[in-house]
Amino acid sequence: MGPVSRIPVSRILGYRLFQALLVAVTVGLLTFVMVRSLPGDMAYRIAAGRYGYDMVSSDAANAVRAELGLGGGGAAALALWFLDLFRLDFGESVISGRPVLEEIRHQLGHTVGLSVAAILLSVLLGPPLGIAAGLRPGGALDRGLLVAASMLRALPHFVVGLILIMLVSAGLGILPAAGHGGTENLVLPALTLALGLGAVSARVARDAMVQVAASPYYAFGRVKGLSEARVFLRHGLRNVSVPVVTYLGVQFVGLIEGVVVVESLFAWPGIGHALVHAIFSRDVPVIQGTALVMGMMFVLLNAAVDLACLWLDPRKQAS
Amino acid sequence: MLRAALAALVLYLPSTLSPAAAAAGDEVVDIVAPFEIVDVDPSITGDLFLRMNVAETLVGTDLDGRPAPALASDWTLSADARVWRFRLRQGVTFHDGSPLTAEAAVGALRHAMGKPGILGRAPITEIAADGDGVLVRLSEPFSPLPAFLAQYTTVILAPASYDAGGRVQRVLGTGPYRVASLQAPQRLEVERFDGYWGERPAIRAAAYLAVGRSETRALMAESGDADFVFNLDPASRIRLGRSPKLSVQSVPIPRTILLKVNAGDDLLRDPRVRQALSLAIDREGIAATILRFPAAATQLFPPSVAAWHHPGLAPLGHDAGKARALLAEAGWAAGADGILAKDGRRFSLTLVTYPDRPELPLVAAVLQEQFREVGIEVAVNSTSSSEIPARHQDGTLQMGLAARNFALVPDPIGTVLQDYPPRGGDWGSMNWSDPDFHKAISDLIALSDDAQARPLREKAVAILQAELPVIPIAWYQQTAAVSRRLLNVRLDPFERDFGLAGMRWAP
Repeated sequence: MGPVSRIPVSRILGYRLFQALLVAVTVGLLTFVMVRSLPGDMAYRIAAGRYGYDMVSSDAANAVRAELGLGGGGAAALALWFLDLFRLDFGESVISGRPVLEEIRHQLGHTVGLSVAAILLSVLLGPPLGIAAGLRPGGALDRGLLVAASMLRALPHFVVGLILIMLVSAGLGILPAAGHGGTENLVLPALTLALGLGAVSARVARDAMVQVAASPYYAFGRVKGLSEARVFLRHGLRNVSVPVVTYLGVQFVGLIEGVVVVESLFAWPGIGHALVHAIFSRDVPVIQGTALVMGMMFVLLNAAVDLACLWLDPRKQAS
Repeated sequence: MLRAALAALVLYLPSTLSPAAAAAGDEVVDIVAPFEIVDVDPSITGDLFLRMNVAETLVGTDLDGRPAPALASDWTLSADARVWRFRLRQGVTFHDGSPLTAEAAVGALRHAMGKPGILGRAPITEIAADGDGVLVRLSEPFSPLPAFLAQYTTVILAPASYDAGGRVQRVLGTGPYRVASLQAPQRLEVERFDGYWGERPAIRAAAYLAVGRSETRALMAESGDADFVFNLDPASRIRLGRSPKLSVQSVPIPRTILLKVNAGDDLLRDPRVRQALSLAIDREGIAATILRFPAAATQLFPPSVAAWHHPGLAPLGHDAGKARALLAEAGWAAGADGILAKDGRRFSLTLVTYPDRPELPLVAAVLQEQFREVGIEVAVNSTSSSEIPARHQDGTLQMGLAARNFALVPDPIGTVLQDYPPRGGDWGSMNWSDPDFHKAISDLIALSDDAQARPLREKAVAILQAELPVIPIAWYQQTAAVSRRLLNVRLDPFERDFGLAGMRWAP
């Protein structure tokens, strides 16, 4: 890390810690209220989640109601959840009976692996192309990239994923279509996500590059007699990186949205897939636990983005 | 940042681009189906452990769904028809090496009794060990009991499978395969169990993967990632049928798409109205365009359920003109917008269905159109499957579109008892009863001689056809795409078995 002074770092961390607390309380309250206000009888929905459509019946729903004490008041259940939270006890899934923390750990690992691979791939694909386009605005690459980025951004992940499976797995037969276990299973889902992310970061990098290349300090670098490559490495790269990295923070939201679709398409046992199932079957402890962990991850990632930007842009560092 | 990312990726890529060796091509049979492994308890996921030949039931089925010996080698019924005795097969061991004893079997059945499942629906008063057998005492004669003990919620697991609270911690069955690894909710790996009591299977190991999306499943068959892909959507089935590497197999199964109607609803109480609804449905069109099988239902039970199919019944047909005439006879007249009205009330109904089986919302949309043609307005609500039983119970259901499985217990009597009792059933009749029908069913379950059963079943089925407490729409076929390298694959019409133990690789 560069010469970062203490004041802004501690301010960033303090602010984010406060945010984390706020997220915990809000997520706990909101998920609870929202799930309770969803239409349909909870006992029936849980029974459908457990026993499936062939076996869900009023008998099964009544057994669930008695087992989980669903007749009780909502306020008491919410207070209990917060109390358990302070002891870092997330409770047990009402569907599978396994501890929520155990389920999240298993799923989160898969989702984090997929997300990290997707971000790395997108960083590798998007910004370099964007920078190249930004160095020659209006050129063939720039125009081609605009069309490609718009198309990739406009296509839903579901379609991109299916096209990739058809081309790469069914057509060429070089990668598995779906499943998990081996690293080769990771490539297609990660690429599906990365194409959407890279499309946007390419545009951000391209616009930033155009701006930087037009700035007086960039011109001064050239006047000074530096080669194109040198002037880019000395005066361009770091300045372009700030908006690209900042934008990464924003992209995490889009990533979560994509993960839900991509995980079920590729049969990837991640948290997005699990969250959708939990909502369908009113698995409140799992919804609360998952939403909380995801909220915390956002806070953590945003803190990391703040620190990265601070390091990249010395002007923001307090003297 | 960029450089670090690049370095990470370069380190990562070589392992990534190695050939897709873990897929097909080795000795492991890769099986893909839509069923998730929600929990290891048999009341929840017993069907999968049964299908994967990990767990077994006391009673099995033959090709026609009749009870056949499994863990019980034979069974007898007392003279008063109230005590069944199931004699256990000798020399059976569980996957933990412990022997199958009468006590172990009784323990497993008692655990099953305590959870939602099928046993709670039989008039059982006691399950007890008796030497080398299991005694089941009943409060009244109940001939379908052996079929009930073939259902997946009654699989026999070793005592060590359960914790002190009766929760299943591990699946220790008696089947030819044992669990090698389990990653809920999607992956299960099994390997051959050398201590199996029966014939040693040819396949050494298999991996099961739950894949919810039918598009993905079909593409996995096409790319060779899976050797056996269960449950194909109609479009994929036709496409995969043209692949030289795959054979697409299908078998009629005892599952029927039916429209459950609330016979107590003001609009639907008149049997003529229910008949009109039935006549308004173009079943052949629905079967041909949505299911893409010639599977239009002419009655509730398909011909493959030989015992319950009644060839002498006049088939349900499509005749919109006759439907309109019946509605007019019942006092309904078309309003200004073409929708029928009577005494100032519009003929407007809500139909509830669920998207778990993707064809159902499509069928619902077609029904909406076909009912509109005879002047009935229908709003479709595609929601959780549990809404049908929930709204049955609170009385607000008008119509529910469901795909009902008549092989919940291999003998359809299990589903009939559950769905058509005098007070109505969550997935069957609602506010409908018919004394002759209920008499025929109660006579049937008290009967031990099958020759006398046929007329009773025919009578019951004829009453359902005339009264239409539910309106049958289409029958089902189960389909699977199978790699041509895999031989001896046979689809089980009762959906109890993937047939893994019987499969072998082509030489």
